[in-house]
Amino acid sequence: MIRFEHIVKRLAGRNVLDDLSFEIRKGEVFVIVGPSGTGKSVTLKHMVQLLRPTSGTVWLGDESVSDADGRDLERLRERFGYLFQGGAMLGWLTVAENVALPLEEKTDLPEDEIAKRVHEALEMVDLEDAADQYPAEISGGMQKRAGLARAIVRRPEIVLYDEPTSGLDPVTARTIDRLIQHLNRDLGVTSVVVTHDMQGALSIGHRVAMLHGGRFVEVATPKAFAASACPEVQQFLEAQYITRGNFFVEGGTK
Amino acid sequence: MITREPFEYPENASRLECLVLAARESMADTGRAVLLGVRAIRMLPDLRRPKARAEFMRQMYICGIESLPVITVVALFTGMILAFQTGIELRRYNQEVYIGSAVMVSMLREMAPFITGLILGACVGSAMAAQLGTMTVNDEIAALEIMSIDPVRFLVTPRMAAMMIMTPILSFYTCMLGTLGGGVIGTTQLNVPWAQYMSNAMEFARAKELFVGLVKALIYGIIITTISCNEGLTATQGAVGVGQATRRAVIISFLLVLIVGYFVTRFFY
Repeated sequence: MIRFEHIVKRLAGRNVLDDLSFEIRKGEVFVIVGPSGTGKSVTLKHMVQLLRPTSGTVWLGDESVSDADGRDLERLRERFGYLFQGGAMLGWLTVAENVALPLEEKTDLPEDEIAKRVHEALEMVDLEDAADQYPAEISGGMQKRAGLARAIVRRPEIVLYDEPTSGLDPVTARTIDRLIQHLNRDLGVTSVVVTHDMQGALSIGHRVAMLHGGRFVEVATPKAFAASACPEVQQFLEAQYITRGNFFVEGGTK
Repeated sequence: MITREPFEYPENASRLECLVLAARESMADTGRAVLLGVRAIRMLPDLRRPKARAEFMRQMYICGIESLPVITVVALFTGMILAFQTGIELRRYNQEVYIGSAVMVSMLREMAPFITGLILGACVGSAMAAQLGTMTVNDEIAALEIMSIDPVRFLVTPRMAAMMIMTPILSFYTCMLGTLGGGVIGTTQLNVPWAQYMSNAMEFARAKELFVGLVKALIYGIIITTISCNEGLTATQGAVGVGQATRRAVIISFLLVLIVGYFVTRFFY
């Protein structure tokens, strides 16, 4: 569905992405992990052309995202929802108005339908009570959940999550993980998740990829990933107290 | 696309190449700023949408009503200073009855739009650059682009429309208050009767002076909005970048108000 072909991205004199090639399949949860500064968010931004590759092409189906412009780019972006690290909520709009924004600006839906969809989205992230509050009046975690509600309210085919659980308490983080799984299983949403949280990555991902030195050093199912002999992977797992091949998922250990 | 990647010099570039590239990038930046202003003006009909009207009214309030206190004080005292300084000189020739015309003509043609431009550049322009800059570094502009909401239509056009309306109105208000301030000084300090001051002032208040002043104010409004929004939308590197964008917005707006003001005056007189 999303295909990276020999992507090189040069920033500040170094190749952040270095001949990166991979494919994300329709309907899967693809998780990208790796240390800070290795280009995880850069990879995500290439999928919606917030960044353009120095060389190589990003494909969505058979359309090039990297070369799209104007109306074509708008049409491609409308297939995506994007959760930014900080939520990226507009400060002068309430939470409900923020969530309603893409529907009000880009669809002809009647007001009652918009209100219904906003309510559903806020209910999914457990934020109905904060609907009339401004982003500055709610916590960082709530802002992130509001950002998630806005990302999914248009019912996109693909949702990109940039650090969806960072800065959240463990209970809320697992709630977000469950929501990502729910969107994937019940609504067929393809998800690309960038995270440091290995526990979450191994629990929700169909495939987990480790980005290191501008390339994936491991792409595998969670079980195979946790058992990987790759030293970078092992170092990353051990740093989060996850022992080889043994990690918690809901209902037991994998 | 509004969201842009930072400009980088190629590795191993010589100093001369860097200089040429910097000049080219600077020209490209100017071109992008002009295009931003043109696009914002071309999208003015979009303000007929009820949702856009709400934001437009909010911006009218911010540009107009919130600037009123400072403009009132500055306009009054500018008129008073102008009347006092001119009056002292004119009194040497027993011509102080003409301070009304001096205050009115200089306020209408030059001082009112100039003062309004500077105050709006400092108060409203800096706020625009800071707000859009913060939105840029916090990914809010990128979020709008992902939602296929054009940031120019959504953010710049309402600000442009508000400034295009409010700057001439505030300029006229400044002129009236300045004249009033001059009258107070004339009556209390220079012994010019109020009626005589006003009739002398109104005699020189010609339509052309008013027209030139309002045209200047309109142009200043467009310049301040374009520069401030462009600086905000191109801010990078967090809080430091927002601070730099705000500073640049105010400096460039001030300089352009001064320079363009001269050329507009030169064009009409």
